[in-house]
Amino acid sequence: MYKYDSIDQQIVDERVAQFRGQTERFISGELGEDEFRPLRLQNGLYIQKHAPMLRVAIPYGQLSSTQVRMLAHIARKYDRGYGHFTTRQNIQFNWPKLKRVPDILADLATVEMHAIQTSGNCIRNTTSDQFAGVAHDELIDPRPYAELIRQWSTFHPEFAYLPRKFKIAVNGAIEDRAGTLFHDIGIHTVNDVAGNVAFRILVGGGLGRTPILGHVVREALPKQHLFTYLDAILRVYNRFGRRDNMYKARIKILVKELGLEKFRAEVDAEWAHLKDGPATLTQAEIDRVAAYFVDPDYAVLPTIDAGFERHLVDHKAFARWVERNVFGHKKSGYAAVTLSLKKTGVAPGDATDAQLDAVADLADEFSYGEIRVSHEQNLILADVKKRDLFAVWQRAKTIGFATPNIGLLTDIIACPGGDFCSLANAKSIPVAEAIQRRFDDLDYLFDIGDIAINISGCMNACGHHHVGHIGILGVDKHGAEFYQVTIGGSQGLQAALGKVIGPAFAQDEMADVVEKLIKTYVALRHEDEHFLDTAKRVGMEPFKASVYDKKAGRREAEVAHV
Amino acid sequence: MSDTKIIRDGVIVADDWVLLPTGYDAAFPSGKLIVPLNIFVSRQAELTARTECTGVWMEGHDDLTPISNLIEGLPLIAIHFPKFTDGRGYSTAVLLRTRYSFKGELRATGEVLRDQLFYLRRVGFNAFAVRADKDIVDALKALTDFSESYQASTDQPAPLFRRRATHAPGSAA
Ligand code: SF4
Repeated sequence: MYKYDSIDQQIVDERVAQFRGQTERFISGELGEDEFRPLRLQNGLYIQKHAPMLRVAIPYGQLSSTQVRMLAHIARKYDRGYGHFTTRQNIQFNWPKLKRVPDILADLATVEMHAIQTSGNCIRNTTSDQFAGVAHDELIDPRPYAELIRQWSTFHPEFAYLPRKFKIAVNGAIEDRAGTLFHDIGIHTVNDVAGNVAFRILVGGGLGRTPILGHVVREALPKQHLFTYLDAILRVYNRFGRRDNMYKARIKILVKELGLEKFRAEVDAEWAHLKDGPATLTQAEIDRVAAYFVDPDYAVLPTIDAGFERHLVDHKAFARWVERNVFGHKKSGYAAVTLSLKKTGVAPGDATDAQLDAVADLADEFSYGEIRVSHEQNLILADVKKRDLFAVWQRAKTIGFATPNIGLLTDIIACPGGDFCSLANAKSIPVAEAIQRRFDDLDYLFDIGDIAINISGCMNACGHHHVGHIGILGVDKHGAEFYQVTIGGSQGLQAALGKVIGPAFAQDEMADVVEKLIKTYVALRHEDEHFLDTAKRVGMEPFKASVYDKKAGRREAEVAHV
Repeated sequence: MSDTKIIRDGVIVADDWVLLPTGYDAAFPSGKLIVPLNIFVSRQAELTARTECTGVWMEGHDDLTPISNLIEGLPLIAIHFPKFTDGRGYSTAVLLRTRYSFKGELRATGEVLRDQLFYLRRVGFNAFAVRADKDIVDALKALTDFSESYQASTDQPAPLFRRRATHAPGSAA
């Protein structure tokens, strides 16, 4: 993975000093709350319900074991012994003290980490495929380009006060595991007709209040133009994006209002001035950064490992875990392992200091000392030998990270919601837990198959509810917490937005609702038919009928009282 | 000359310009003037007749085309920041410096605060009318918050990656 040189380190160290000064000036009253807010946000610091919340950047989801141990240390020393991995491959600490935040940032800087631009109306932390560099279906490793974008976006002086936040995701595989269609800018690393690396640039995707899929604004941008083209897009957005209404301020609204053609013309006009200028990428720089992402020293191994095959036969539980949590590797004899942070009873994405330390040990022993974070809020060991899988499984079990549920119904994606977030309409975590508890039969879960349930506590959609096969959104009804349900959403290249099935439900109804939707699916599916395909084939009605039938009368009676 | 202090080229100096408010309709006083954009355009003939320097001030979102052929010759352009979180003036500054070859004083006015100065300087501002209730000596410190930056911008047209090989940390401007 990328290693800082003395300049990268100096920039991050200077940031810590700068924020220490800003925090001191805020505490002394020299800086007002309004003046401090954008500064702290650009250092990942929110003021939440109970305490400040610090969001630490994990650039494109890559961590070393040293960094993971530092996260454990921070959880222990400054927080309540745990952290929360987010849907944007970051980690959040929910209980730091404001005055200690500069110390936390200083500790992070010692392991080449920071909280730069993890919040605020600026270019946010760049995200990517959690299997980048190892995926069996990868075309071009996106990580060097994600790192280049990290550097380009870090303290970009022109784009620190954009109309709204700005998120970039890069994907280099056939399957889109980075949600590029739902980012302000989505980038696909592709080969152009001559076989050179190029970028397909999508713009204007996003979830939130107005969910829209991104549009291709440029089909095959030659790689040397990456920064000048991004500069052109951002400049058009910075100048013309709406600033009068924060709900209309994302770039997707600008693209929609101008129309894609007009938007593209604006970008091209701007780009004409920047193209081939000094910001044009050099091959030397691409090579310098790419050199950090070369393959580790893989052993030459047979595709089939006899010991592994035997364990599969002998241990049903292991076989199940392999079926769900092990992902195909480009290198024969290797596999990528997903450690599930979705154990029933634990908030999705939460990890304790002890678990983090244990994962770091596992990575050191079995996966070249590296760990990835997925936007599904799980952790990944990307380079495990097949013959070590059984040992890794056993160790993961002792950590509590071996739930065999990746991609299954209980692998729920949920934002922190009303338990922590001050913007929430409703809680997310208890709903996730109630659903996980309802579906406690592993055979049934495996029979149901791939189901993505996504829960957001409000319209900001941090839980990506629009793209859940079943999406759950917290809404406020006369001061009470209710949940609106969508079905049919999906991520990836076939991305689609879910459709609302009808009036919202109370919190204690949610497990029933999900159970009925699933029963409907199981009853109606053809053999091996995926939930989404069944939903598409039979339409909304049977699902609606299953959840609204008997209660329609009751609901009307309720409404009559309001 | 007023008692107002500004930062110009990294030094605190007395401001020798007078900024006229929007809607100014009296005769122009003597001395160096910074005139609102619409008046600058509508009373251009009167202004050209003056022997003293005239600059113009505008909002970050104002269209530059009405004055595009005058920009290069102007001694001063001020960009007003109604709120420090309104980032449009940053792009306008880049355009003035790079697209319109503006060489004169580029001044940030309005809600100009210490913690924005570093980026403002990078995009091409060389003068800062720090908001009156803030300590201008204190604000000056922000110009040295960082000793190096990744991107190309007005103050450093070569991005770090073009300088990296030969670069010694701490030696940059
Ligand atoms: S979706 Fe809403 S409630 Fe959930 S974390 Fe985001 S802002 Fe908070």
